[in-house]
Amino acid sequence: MQFTFFHLMPYRPLDMVERHKHRAGWVVLPNTLYDPVKGAEEYQSYIDQLVYAEKLGFDVIAVNEHHQTAYGLMPAPNLIAANLIARTTKAKIAIIGRALPLVNNPMNIAEEFAMLDNLSKGRIITGFVRGIGNEYHATGINPFYSHERYHEAHDLIVQAWTKPGPFSFEGEHYNFRYVNLWPRPYQSPHPPIWIPSMGSSETVKWAAAPERKYPFLVTFSSRELVARYLNVYRDQAKAYGYEASPDQLGWASPVYVADTDERARKEAKEGVETLFNDFLAVPFQMLLPPGYMSLESMKNTMRMRKALGARKRLTFEELAESGTVVVGSPKTVRDQLSRLRDETRAHKLITMLQFGTLPDDLTRRNMEMFASEVMPHLKN
Amino acid sequence: MPGTETKHTVRDVNVRMMRGGSGPPLLFLHGANGLPVWLPFFDLLSKHFEVFVPEHPGFGTSDNPRWLRNIGDLAMYYLDFIDGFGSQPIHLVGQSLGGWAAAEVAVRNCSRLKSLTLLGPAGIRIKGLPSGDNFIWDQEESIRNLYHNQAIADQVLGMPISDEQADIMLTNRFATAKLGWEPRWYNPSLERWLHRISVPTLIVWGKDDKLFPSAYAARWGELIPGSRVEIIPECGHVPAVEKPDITAKEIVRLYAGTR
Repeated sequence: MQFTFFHLMPYRPLDMVERHKHRAGWVVLPNTLYDPVKGAEEYQSYIDQLVYAEKLGFDVIAVNEHHQTAYGLMPAPNLIAANLIARTTKAKIAIIGRALPLVNNPMNIAEEFAMLDNLSKGRIITGFVRGIGNEYHATGINPFYSHERYHEAHDLIVQAWTKPGPFSFEGEHYNFRYVNLWPRPYQSPHPPIWIPSMGSSETVKWAAAPERKYPFLVTFSSRELVARYLNVYRDQAKAYGYEASPDQLGWASPVYVADTDERARKEAKEGVETLFNDFLAVPFQMLLPPGYMSLESMKNTMRMRKALGARKRLTFEELAESGTVVVGSPKTVRDQLSRLRDETRAHKLITMLQFGTLPDDLTRRNMEMFASEVMPHLKN
Repeated sequence: MPGTETKHTVRDVNVRMMRGGSGPPLLFLHGANGLPVWLPFFDLLSKHFEVFVPEHPGFGTSDNPRWLRNIGDLAMYYLDFIDGFGSQPIHLVGQSLGGWAAAEVAVRNCSRLKSLTLLGPAGIRIKGLPSGDNFIWDQEESIRNLYHNQAIADQVLGMPISDEQADIMLTNRFATAKLGWEPRWYNPSLERWLHRISVPTLIVWGKDDKLFPSAYAARWGELIPGSRVEIIPECGHVPAVEKPDITAKEIVRLYAGTR
């Protein structure tokens, strides 16, 4: 397997009582709750953890983009990536991803990734996402055109990376008389593109297409859903007439290892529950603005939601039970991860070893134990 | 007397339409919540007019043509629609999003209009006076914030919603986002051209409108030459629902002035 150490960089000092006076930890959460002195310490700790992950033998260290939220402090993840390039030598650096529809000039994304690829001499992995629904509130971009903008921006960026310039790009949302990227990317034909997703069928169909074959990463989903979505991808590949390689399949999950199950569960509980309930959770109107999903998918989601009834706080126990988080002794974690690997034949594991309010000391011990007690056993 | 439901085709676009009454034609353009039922307000109008209430393309069960991408497209669609009335001039009334569309129609071509009534219209922006963020409100807030009289909101909230109605509400929400998300509820160019409206115009606003503050009414009044502004007390964003008598009476008064 290929192991990625992924960081969201949450703002842990968040006052949770204040947080719940607002409808979400996003967009409307007053930024007076952010203390720059504490926030600067958070950045330092988190970047140190990412650098440490390379020393521990992780293949990839990874960051991503979020806006106007305590959930993740990286509105500009490429700045962190640039820092990581200077402090590491061999790990791949993944930015999974940038939210393409949220920008009015996707050329900037093509340029920045190309620069990072040159600066790192080809250690960059990119990720293309649409952003969480909340981010259409944060940026004002019309979610109705989210899919269109995503596909167009993707085409523009890949063409900018691969087609000799200058050429012109004529789209519905993006139009450029001159596309002529300086610098071109270091890797040929271009840096890898990964697609993190909650599993929408439209995304699977698009990512698995033979001209793309983009690695598909299922995020924040139960064991059952990870398996189901990866199977959908594999079936889609077959429908296209090829066998999906294990490298095209992966999943992302919070993981916590300690010497016993009991200790692991005790130490991980608060971090897991704050991640899902305090940092990530948002009201439906923010999470799924109109057009973010297709009308048909949205109709189904609404019906499921009606059947489920009112939302409540998720407990550590149910998240562990469903396999949305993987927590336990080295043996427990090895067993759970290898079972899902064998079931899905997925080769990429994106670990979140810091999550929610999990403090630095526990994060480091978790990273060390994962690297020494779990990783070697799953490597091949 | 309830209106009758029909289908109406303009060029290749088929929409659901309700109509009723007799008299000179009045075209009503609905707001973001679509066109669920024939309102008592339409009954009041139908004593004086033949009332036509189409469901906009993209809303409810009307066709959703791919070319419809912004409010200007909707306005051009209604210019085609109005051509269907032949040489007979029409009274144009629009609520909220429909008021915005009506104003966009009027700045493009007033020659087929006899009068224009805008009920709490979207379409312009006054800096420092933002609209309420209806896209972030939850379902209950969205309904409560439409009305001054919370008994109406209670009644709406108490009604069960079938799966079909839920699908239609979702369809309307998608269409609304397409037209109004960004720039939020306005067209930066519109206010520059409102001086071109040359027919008798009435602007009606609920004093307690929580979506578009009633201070917008005066600005519309300044921008449209010779227009009359009526602020209705104890009324929220939907005068046609909350104060149908006053609203209909004002429209009839405007009509009387055109004869």
